[in-house]
Amino acid sequence: MSDIKYTEQHEWVTVDGDVATVGITKYATEQLGDIVFVELPDIGKSLAQADEAAVVESVKAASEVYAPVGGEVTEVNDALTDNPGSVNDAPEADGWFLKLKVADPGELSKLMDKSAYDEFVGGLS
Amino acid sequence: MDPEQDLLKTPLYDLHVELGAKMVPFAGYAMPVQYPSGILAEHKHTRDAAGLFDVSHMGQVFVRSKTAASHDLVAKALEALVPGDMAGLKLGQMRYTLLLNDQGGILDDLMVSRSSSADDDGSLFLIVNAACKSEDVAHLQSSLSDDFEVLLLEDRALLALQGPKAAEVLKRHCPDADTLKFMTATSTTIDGVDCHISRSGYTGEDGYEISIRADAAHDLAKRLLAEDEVAPVGLGARDSLRLEAGLCLYGHDIDTATTPVEAGLTWAISKRRREAGGFPGADRILTQLSAGAESKRVGLKPQGRVPAREGAVIADRDGKDIGSVTSGSFGPTVGGPVAMGYVSTTHSAPGTKVNLIVRGKAHPAEVVTLPFVKQNYYRG
Repeated sequence: MSDIKYTEQHEWVTVDGDVATVGITKYATEQLGDIVFVELPDIGKSLAQADEAAVVESVKAASEVYAPVGGEVTEVNDALTDNPGSVNDAPEADGWFLKLKVADPGELSKLMDKSAYDEFVGGLS
Repeated sequence: MDPEQDLLKTPLYDLHVELGAKMVPFAGYAMPVQYPSGILAEHKHTRDAAGLFDVSHMGQVFVRSKTAASHDLVAKALEALVPGDMAGLKLGQMRYTLLLNDQGGILDDLMVSRSSSADDDGSLFLIVNAACKSEDVAHLQSSLSDDFEVLLLEDRALLALQGPKAAEVLKRHCPDADTLKFMTATSTTIDGVDCHISRSGYTGEDGYEISIRADAAHDLAKRLLAEDEVAPVGLGARDSLRLEAGLCLYGHDIDTATTPVEAGLTWAISKRRREAGGFPGADRILTQLSAGAESKRVGLKPQGRVPAREGAVIADRDGKDIGSVTSGSFGPTVGGPVAMGYVSTTHSAPGTKVNLIVRGKAHPAEVVTLPFVKQNYYRG
């Protein structure tokens, strides 16, 4: 499995073979607060990098989640339907959103590694 | 650049920061939207025990007769601006009413109370919305004759203690609190400090609002928070609590484009005022009362889990646009999404099936009777 990569919109992605797993970061969940609903894409949907992939709703507002890399949706985390709070509890584990079959692995090079993301987040507060 | 730099601070600002609150701009103030426990926990704590809210941003206003210490005089003057029965307020009684414009549109919603002591007659105490307070004061000053003065109190804090444990907690500090009934108020002391308390709130629960000198507010808040039953609650949960309780948020569910009849607030227009009129927009409002209004505020219960937010279109089951959502969120006590909005009166009956359009998709919902949760007011 590859290292974890991050976007400036606070998504994370890991890649195993040609399958990317996507979620949102701990920083994102802290900004959103309690998550009460997650809208996930249909299986088979084709997404380009930075396309809107999902919607996450906190008590206060709805926010978009973007695809860190392009590809076809192969799996979504249905457990979030009944337990959206697991995104708050374990954003980079049980709180994953969806899996994609990566179309162009080269797109990953545009993303931040962990130290670059931590520095990016540090500059936001 | 610090976006919070130009914001006003309430007397409890330092306490919010100390408690780890997330501060956001609201009506020109830096206010706590939530504390570290989060909106869901704060909401549930208020329904189960007691929540302490800082509502010091709201306007506390005295309207006072300069010529005579007469309740009737000041009440009749205010009645020219609102549809409620002010003259009928008994000593220590409080009433919800509405400042109206000449078209019957709502300029603000407010609480008006008469002092529990007849010695104070000739003045009324108003609590108005933060975002409206300067306009309200200007409106009162320009509308009332020179025989009345309008004072916006700048040196007072306002705290709300809300929830089923509120009475038990407050009576430890203020024995007078226990005997107050819902929508009554009194001047008293809490731990020896002068204050004005009312049994009222904005959560649907039993509870109090406490007006106290700004320099005594921090100590009072700390003493209340030291009680096991009490936790601090921010504006996020204040909003979800009032939405479940079916209460309007000014600027969202009511504004100058809505009348009390359309807003479903006809209970705030007393019988005497309906018969006599004499309030702004009375012609239009009295016509709507007899003939009905074209649209009406209703509760909306989405059948699925998708929250419909303010601005979402309400459509009938044939796809025809019939209105829009004015408040919508997740209701933590309900355990699912809740909303309110305006629909054409033909679709306003409870049980009417509608669709709420969220991100281009129609989600089934039903018109329901408000509130979403049982109101637990203490009526003695």
